[in-house]
Amino acid sequence: MNEHPPVIELRQVSKIYGTGQAAVAALRGIDLSIERGDFVAVMGPSGSGKSTCMNILGCLDSPTSGSYRFDGVEVGRLSRDQRARLRRNYLGFVFQGFHLLGRSTALENVELPLVYRGLSAQERHRRAGAALERVGLTGWASHRPNELSGGQQQRVAIARAIVTHPEVLLADEPTGNLDQSRGREIMELLTELNRTQGLTIVIVTHDEHLSRWSNRAIRFLDGRIVKEGEEAA
Amino acid sequence: MLWSMVRLALLAIRRNVLRSSLTVLGIVIGVAAVITMTTIGAGATAKVTADIASLGTNMLMVRPGQGYGPGGARADAPPFKIEDADAIQREIYGVAAVAPTAQKQVQAISSAKNWSTTATGGTASFLIVRNWDLAGGRAFTEGEERAGKALCILGETVRRELFGAADPVGQRIRLGKLTCQIIGLLAPKGESSFGQDQDDVVLVPLRWLQRTLVGNTDVGAIFISARDGVSTTKVAADLQRFLHEKRHSSTGDDDFSIRDMKEIASALTSTTKVMTSLLGAVAAVSMLVGGIGIMNIMLVSVTERTREIGIRLAIGALEREVLTQFLVEAVVLSSVGGIVGIVIGLLAALAGTNAIGAPFVFQPGVVTMAFLFSAAVGVVFGFFPARQAARLDPIEALRHE
Repeated sequence: MNEHPPVIELRQVSKIYGTGQAAVAALRGIDLSIERGDFVAVMGPSGSGKSTCMNILGCLDSPTSGSYRFDGVEVGRLSRDQRARLRRNYLGFVFQGFHLLGRSTALENVELPLVYRGLSAQERHRRAGAALERVGLTGWASHRPNELSGGQQQRVAIARAIVTHPEVLLADEPTGNLDQSRGREIMELLTELNRTQGLTIVIVTHDEHLSRWSNRAIRFLDGRIVKEGEEAA
Repeated sequence: MLWSMVRLALLAIRRNVLRSSLTVLGIVIGVAAVITMTTIGAGATAKVTADIASLGTNMLMVRPGQGYGPGGARADAPPFKIEDADAIQREIYGVAAVAPTAQKQVQAISSAKNWSTTATGGTASFLIVRNWDLAGGRAFTEGEERAGKALCILGETVRRELFGAADPVGQRIRLGKLTCQIIGLLAPKGESSFGQDQDDVVLVPLRWLQRTLVGNTDVGAIFISARDGVSTTKVAADLQRFLHEKRHSSTGDDDFSIRDMKEIASALTSTTKVMTSLLGAVAAVSMLVGGIGIMNIMLVSVTERTREIGIRLAIGALEREVLTQFLVEAVVLSSVGGIVGIVIGLLAALAGTNAIGAPFVFQPGVVTMAFLFSAAVGVVFGFFPARQAARLDPIEALRHE
């Protein structure tokens, strides 16, 4: 019914860590497709494989077997550099631990992906400034991460993820290190990005309350998807 | 793209001031130590070589008795006479000039001051054989020497002590109880390799010295210079045979000794070489220590850098872009450290050579080698951990603890 293929399509994806006796299967044959404009919550207890799945979706990690198509392109056939370019041009990441460069200012952190796109300094400043404004951090541009609160740091990370206008934003427990009200603010921000800009968002969480922000929830248990259902938006 | 990688690297250096400056410091110490030590060593060698050249390397010295030092002469060895020098000049092949000399400690007295020095009696050929120039005035002629005229030529130290800044040529001084006229000034030679002040001397006609100051016709030493292209070893051998016959030495020890300046020169040179290699070894150790310092700092920052690399890879940096950045960073730090080290090393070497009175010898080879070694250490230990990290999957690099 949709003329475009799903932006993300996993077929029988498995991930096994280690070999022989010590081998641990983190993912056991996942099938998953995500359409453009989806806001998907990936849930499940610790060790259920949701983070592993996320890393594979983000081309940060490779599946042991199975097929991953991004925008119809088989990711498994791409070279290391091609996968890096895919991350650069189509994906944005938000991590639980923020992962900002500690010695750089907020603005420099947001500019970083644009550096690798080869944009001029002027253009980088303009776009990074706009992204910071988008996440409500105008005026904090010259602060370093250790001068910002956890919620503000995560906003910087989100600004860094969206500054390249990616197809998909992948967020691995973005509220995990934040208190409840800061967490809600982040979720409101992500929801707004999804609604106003049509940004496809996949968010990993183990907080049931957060899943209500999404329009679709996927539950992991022991390396398998146990339940997939439409949630009330 | 390269330019933006260079800019990234420079930014990273600015942000990690402590790490950057410690790295630079390690390189500075290594480079500066090597350059200082080897340059001072080379300066000392050059000084010794110059000292030897001022003695004259194509020169032989003949003294009565055996042994080298002034106290080494055998008491019963008959002294030489001026006639022996004339005979050597006549009979030995390859001799350019012969200069018989005798010495006496005297008190030199000018109108205002007095100074204890050595009066050296020489012939007209003395300055030629000893390779000694005049700083002013003239030398005495052969006729004046034969006539035993009361003339003298002052060494630089004596001139300074007696006359200060003034030019004393034409004035008279007293040597002990005798008066002589100053006709010339010797060019300064500085200290000999043995630490003697060679300028503390008054040169007078040999026959005048013998007749008036000493009261005999003995000759203390005969200096002989070989003609260009004639081996001093050959001349020394001929001389040995000639004097052996002439002095009717018993079959045992000869009652004279011949010193070849070339032998002394090579002995001194090899001593200096040992010293230079000792300094070089010390410098190599400093360099190694500096290198270990650089290595430590680089390895300590691996955790931090690995995470940084993880972040850069996650947001889409290519492996080679990350590597270029880190390589540029390592090269910049090493170059800055190397250049600062060269400047400090050369300045320290300049101070050091001035202190020991040796010439400053710039050695481009050593400078280049020290620079390249330190740069290599910096680049290797700055770059290779980064390369390891850049090859990881981004997620592994991010998890690095």
